[in-house]
Amino acid sequence: MKTIDLSSASVRDFNQALHDQARQLDEREWLVSNSGGKHNLAVGVNQALDIVIQGHAGYYCAGMNQQANITVHGNVGVGVAENMMSGSVRIKGSASQAAGATAHGGLLVIEGDAGARCGISMKGVDIVVGGSIGHMSCFMGQAGRLVVCGDAGDALGDSLYETRIYVKGTVKSLGSDCIEKEMRAEHLEELAELLDQAGFAADPASFKRYGSARQLYNFKVDNASAY
Amino acid sequence: MSEKQPPVLRESATFDRLTIQEIQRAAETGIYDIRGGGTKRKVPHFDDLLLLGASMSRYPLEGYREKCGTDVILGNRFAKKPIHLKIPVTIAGMSFGALSANAKEALGRGATIAGTSTTTGDGGMTPEERGQSQHLVYQYLPSRYGMNPDDLRKADAIEIVLGQGAKPGGGGMLLGMKVTERVAGMRTLPIGVDQRSACRHPDWTGPDDLAIKIAEIREITDWEKPIYVKIGASRPYYDVKLAVKAGADVIVLDGMQGGTAATQEVFIEHVGIPILCAIPQAVQALQEMDMHRKVQLIVSGGIRTGADVAKAMAMGADAVAIGTAALIALGDNHPRLDDELKKLGSAAGFYDDWQNGRDPAGITTQDPELAKRLDPIEGGRRLANYLRVLVLEAQTMARACGKSHLLNLDPEDLVALTVESAAMARVPLAGTRWVPGQGY
Repeated sequence: MKTIDLSSASVRDFNQALHDQARQLDEREWLVSNSGGKHNLAVGVNQALDIVIQGHAGYYCAGMNQQANITVHGNVGVGVAENMMSGSVRIKGSASQAAGATAHGGLLVIEGDAGARCGISMKGVDIVVGGSIGHMSCFMGQAGRLVVCGDAGDALGDSLYETRIYVKGTVKSLGSDCIEKEMRAEHLEELAELLDQAGFAADPASFKRYGSARQLYNFKVDNASAY
Repeated sequence: MSEKQPPVLRESATFDRLTIQEIQRAAETGIYDIRGGGTKRKVPHFDDLLLLGASMSRYPLEGYREKCGTDVILGNRFAKKPIHLKIPVTIAGMSFGALSANAKEALGRGATIAGTSTTTGDGGMTPEERGQSQHLVYQYLPSRYGMNPDDLRKADAIEIVLGQGAKPGGGGMLLGMKVTERVAGMRTLPIGVDQRSACRHPDWTGPDDLAIKIAEIREITDWEKPIYVKIGASRPYYDVKLAVKAGADVIVLDGMQGGTAATQEVFIEHVGIPILCAIPQAVQALQEMDMHRKVQLIVSGGIRTGADVAKAMAMGADAVAIGTAALIALGDNHPRLDDELKKLGSAAGFYDDWQNGRDPAGITTQDPELAKRLDPIEGGRRLANYLRVLVLEAQTMARACGKSHLLNLDPEDLVALTVESAAMARVPLAGTRWVPGQGY
């Protein structure tokens, strides 16, 4: 296992060392200490590494991740796993705004709460949140699944495309064109699978499903007030 | 014998025929008008400036014999691999989706022949475009359609788009007829949706966040790529200062004459400012930060001729970008298409329905049959020719001003023809020493 102490190593050196692994894999397991809430930790990784960050991380932790499994034993700032393509990111604490923003693939698990705009413009990632999420989450969500074991804030799924949203608790309000939908067998099945991957014991039957009414997909005069 | 005179009809200046037609159209359809292109209204522009050739007090260079350099280096503030272009005329960001794949390829081919860069758009990077572009700038937009780290690493520079001149503060738009299977696949959208792009980036707000975002992209790309920040001209003095503080290598400033693939007519005509008055504000901001020529300034919005190039550079730009003019060079609005354009309710020289995908030139379309009409090799050759002419014209003027490089042009080479343009461009009214707003 390779250990990095960020009280002495720079973020640049750390990220460069991770990127070097894409060219030549020398070490699969990485342990990071004294993260100190630094920004841009483990961004642009493109190798199947196991990276454990002991402590809090700032903005864009695990941004654009490909293949790596990254665990943060702390809280994270804005845009954790933004634009992730593959691999997995697990946050043992809570996440700030825009968690998993625009991410295309992989699995993002937040064991605590997530702030506003969780899953904004998500494009295929799966996000599972153990706690609650803030307002405007999944705004313009295009693809993927968002699972929330707690509550959701205002305007959930506004201007939603094809992301499927599952919420166990209450939803303060739904955004434009987002509606509650029937929970069919295939949805219970995929939700059970997602909860299992995330390691949460919640009962899929206790969730409600939300998705796009697809009324705003094409401009219609009658929908002008919804835009 | 008395003959009755035909009545003289008086058209209202306020309710002219175009205005009446628009009210009638709005009443019938209930929705705003969407079109492509930039502003069509007359605004103060480079035509309102003149270059002062040399005579006794300045020494001209021999027209065809003495060197006038045209190269420009972009992004040497922080990037390990800045871009070195042979000419200071770049191709602006235009998306695959708004444009056909052949058009994107032609832009790449033309730019490469001429020794300059081309730019992706809101929809990702196509292999055709990457393959044919020696220097490719990859746009990082609020929608992040098609954004991925593999293409980020393939890019030669990255342009973070905050806005564009045709619609500062507005997001992109691509109507359903152009969201084909390939376009939808690249953007992860259902086929045929009227795609609305976000107007703000999803994961940062304000200049302090932008600094962290720029650092993230630098980290992902190992600090190799120049990072541009593109701004739609509205408050360029403040926006440029904030972008430079956030760590930009290059500022791209787009005036209201800059085109769009599809936006509301009212937005195009009424939001943003002309490039003429935006450049001096940006240059002032850079100079006050001691960053002029260190953070390069690319300006766009209505660049048509070598005179425009020379004047923009004399005002302090390091390079210019062209979009609409490049499409015209490829064949947009060509007279040979007049009959077909008339069937679409337009005519050659007027066509701006770039949003509807029925462009008979095969440029602003995703219709495979129409797209085939544009030969990317021939289109690239035409664009390269046009770029050469722009540069030759700009060199001609620079030599006449006694400059051995286009970058040596400066505001003292300029005067204005109107009080408005003198005030906006901050150069003297011709024949006077008067710069309105700055006293004698």
